[in-house]
Amino acid sequence: MHDPILGVENLRKHFPLHSGLLNRVLGHVKAVDDVTFEVHPGEIFGLVGESGSGKSTVAKTIVHLYGATSGTIQLKGRDVSQLDRQTAKWFRREIQMVFQDPKSSLNPRRNVTSTLEDPLIIYGLAKSRREREAIVRNLLEQVEMSSRYMYKYPSALSGGQRQRVAIARALAVNPSFLVLDEPTSALDVSVQAKLIGLFVRLREELGLSYLFITHNLSLVRTIAARAAVMYVGKIYELGPVEQLFRRPFHPYTRTLIAAAPVVSQAEEGVKPRKMSRGGEIPSPVTPPSGCAFHPRCSVAQARCAEELPPIVEAAPGHLVRCWRAEELASPREGVGRSLDPEVRRAERATLEGHDTESGPP
Amino acid sequence: MAERSLLLDVRNLHVQFRVYEGISRVLDGVSLQVREGERVGLVGETGCGKTVAMKAAMGILKSPPAQFPTGEVFLAGKDVLKMSPTEILAMKGKIIAMIFQDPLSSLNPVFTVGQQIVDVIRYGRRRAGDGRRPARATLRRTAVEALESVRLPDPERMLKMYPLELSGGMRQRALIAMALVNRPRLLVADEPGTALDVTIQAQILELLKGLAREAQIAILMITHDLGVVREIAERVYIMYAGQIAETGRAKAILDAPEHPYTRGLVASVPRLTGEVLAEGIPGTVPDYTEAPPGCRFHPRCDHRMDVCEKRKPLPVETAAGRHVACYLYGGETHA
Amino acid sequence: MMPSDQHAPRKREDARWAAFRDRLGRGWYKFSRNRISLIGGAMVLFFVFLASFAHFVTPYPHHAGAYTDFMNAFKPPSAAHWFGTDSLGADVLTRIIFGSQISFMLAGVVLGISVPFGVFLGLLAGYIGGKTETIIMRITDIFLSLPALVMALAICAAFTPSIDKAMLAVASIWWTWHCRLVHGITRSIKTEEFVQASRVLGASHLRIIFRDILPNCASPIIVKITLDAGFVILVGAGLSFLGLGAQPPAEDLGTMISIGSKYLPERWWMTVFPSLAIFLIILGFNLLGDGLRDALAVEEGV
Repeated sequence: MHDPILGVENLRKHFPLHSGLLNRVLGHVKAVDDVTFEVHPGEIFGLVGESGSGKSTVAKTIVHLYGATSGTIQLKGRDVSQLDRQTAKWFRREIQMVFQDPKSSLNPRRNVTSTLEDPLIIYGLAKSRREREAIVRNLLEQVEMSSRYMYKYPSALSGGQRQRVAIARALAVNPSFLVLDEPTSALDVSVQAKLIGLFVRLREELGLSYLFITHNLSLVRTIAARAAVMYVGKIYELGPVEQLFRRPFHPYTRTLIAAAPVVSQAEEGVKPRKMSRGGEIPSPVTPPSGCAFHPRCSVAQARCAEELPPIVEAAPGHLVRCWRAEELASPREGVGRSLDPEVRRAERATLEGHDTESGPP
Repeated sequence: MAERSLLLDVRNLHVQFRVYEGISRVLDGVSLQVREGERVGLVGETGCGKTVAMKAAMGILKSPPAQFPTGEVFLAGKDVLKMSPTEILAMKGKIIAMIFQDPLSSLNPVFTVGQQIVDVIRYGRRRAGDGRRPARATLRRTAVEALESVRLPDPERMLKMYPLELSGGMRQRALIAMALVNRPRLLVADEPGTALDVTIQAQILELLKGLAREAQIAILMITHDLGVVREIAERVYIMYAGQIAETGRAKAILDAPEHPYTRGLVASVPRLTGEVLAEGIPGTVPDYTEAPPGCRFHPRCDHRMDVCEKRKPLPVETAAGRHVACYLYGGETHA
Repeated sequence: MMPSDQHAPRKREDARWAAFRDRLGRGWYKFSRNRISLIGGAMVLFFVFLASFAHFVTPYPHHAGAYTDFMNAFKPPSAAHWFGTDSLGADVLTRIIFGSQISFMLAGVVLGISVPFGVFLGLLAGYIGGKTETIIMRITDIFLSLPALVMALAICAAFTPSIDKAMLAVASIWWTWHCRLVHGITRSIKTEEFVQASRVLGASHLRIIFRDILPNCASPIIVKITLDAGFVILVGAGLSFLGLGAQPPAEDLGTMISIGSKYLPERWWMTVFPSLAIFLIILGFNLLGDGLRDALAVEEGV
């Protein structure tokens, strides 16, 4: 078992809320509230969640766009929770980020070459203008773009092309880790598929590791090896994706997967039953007590509102934060429901929280 | 099944624009139909022209810069392209209503939800020729009913709230309430779930389905999300580069797409079961100022034939209610 | 290998040049679609041309400056003197053109001082934020709350009136508009993803300010400068009208109007023509500015 390339422990990022003439602090947005996970070398780790989950904030805190409120971050074994000048120089060349919105991820006033030259100039990676241009050409080739685009401005590029340039920019410093914050969410399906293919190829060619953030569950299923589900600032489930999807423990995870729009009957068949009563996603300013999902959870108990469940390893490598996790999960949930009516009755009873304590077979 | 009457009938619509590079022929002979109470999806990727088609159907496409060389659009039997602005205005809200992608930018932040709904109600009555000023209480009651119909909790209190105080899902519901309060016959929804979270989007789609059933409202859902289309549409039109590639029952098309573009598109969608079927479709969307003649997909198509370049394929009926515009399935060529 | 190497740099230069020409072409296309802005542009070009080549263009160049010919004074408009002559006998048309020189110079100097100053402060305030921002913007607010003309008046009146004092006075309050403009833009651009990307790349603050933020302010600044030119000329003319700006014999348009107003309504040409000139100059700048705003906005748009 290799050492993780990225390790995040008890990470917290709280934003103070100011108000009034004197800018008093009213409260805090607990965007990221005690998040712990690791990414293994060469792995694609997925971070899934809806708005307010904190997934983007985790990304931005890891790359130091925000300073963490508390917790530790480790990259390749080095502590990078605080960055001094020396560490910063190393850090910035090891880890880079690709952002979500192709419309604003590139400076509209700079052409492709100017944008890609920036990192080369900052780190002195080329000795002359000609060498820089050669490197820019190489970068474009790596992201499968013709050098025809070298002097084009972002307004002349499509969304997919802009994202490719953004990827090239991230690769210019030769990083070993990429944080990808919803890099394809704003793109069409066919363009997304191409870009995902590119990401997979780049990972193999360049030996990269990814933290891939998205709200698209099918995407996580196809591309990530392991993933974590975030809700209102915390991780509620984490594990290898096959496990996560075939046997989700947490009611929120199940609700999330059940709500994912799918295009085929086969996919409908593998969906778990949702465990939600409807309702809105809470704001990270006033998160619910205990388990944040309890107001929407159809199988919540009194305890869920009182105490935050601890993280338990419900199956090897599969962590979950839920008081009822093990009772609720049925080994057959997700793959296809059991045809045995006895088993199905027992499953339904457990799901609806009846007193018939017939556990899953 | 009784044939429901035709609400929206777009016939061979061509739309073009004057731009720096020349003439951009955005729509190249688009035909689509929506019947009373039907839920139809218009699916296409960015730039395929679906928004232009929709705007033309609603009569809100500004005419310069848009030009309509040929084609007709009939809404509830009336020719939209020949209507005066006053007539089009009269239609809005009564026959056709619309909800957009981002509920935050569709709602006026400085007015309460109640004020905005009441505005819509009053406006609708006025245009219906109802000259009397409705009583405040009646307006309020109608507003509350509207909010109830979209299952918003505590509608009385919601009337006094401002859009920024509501969550994305609630705003979208409020918008739907506003769109439906004057009982339009057709609701056009432009990517209504895109700005919303997955679980909230699922709720909104359920709501729309329920409303369509109860009130017999037709829905034209414009989206690029095939999963959403499967959820909510009965029939679907697949659009590519200003041409309709394929149309038919949504599930049938998604399970067994026929047009090469649809096949590529459906294969590009990542699956919840984990497989990746295709890495997108090679090539890029054509430039509308130099659009390829004939079938606009042919440069990217693995199965292209000589004729594909010469003449645009007419739709061929491959099954009941299912049409594909592709020479692979036979078909007469354009006269 | 050699021959193809020789071609490579030229090809790159061509590509760069081609891209530049394309942007220029697009910008021109958008600009030229609006008739009004073309008219404005033509007007401005025309007036600037006249002012620049005053010596060669005016019918009586020797009438500029200290010229007296009382025999010729107060002649109404005629074939010899299209706009008539003034109280000292000089050709009004000539003096208008020379006067506009002073007005343009005023605009040039004022904007040349106030724009860099204002832009610099605006960038600082917007980018650094915190206390720096508060201090700078409060000072700006204070300056903005004082009516420009009154301020200029006060400053001018405190010293012996002259054109330089007028320029200084106007510049001392004009920077605030640009400061506020750039401050707003900087604040909003700071949050854009490409700025965040630069930060993640490890770009220094200076680099971000000059290569990411400033270029995105360029268009609004250019538009504002164009619109400002007209207003600065107006304020300057106002000061001159009150006797506080350009002094005879180096009169600018405002001074001419002031002197001429004493002879209304019989000798109307001494007031009307300079007024018309100011009006047309300012109109030209306004129309041009509007047109530029459209052209530049679209060019960078998605």
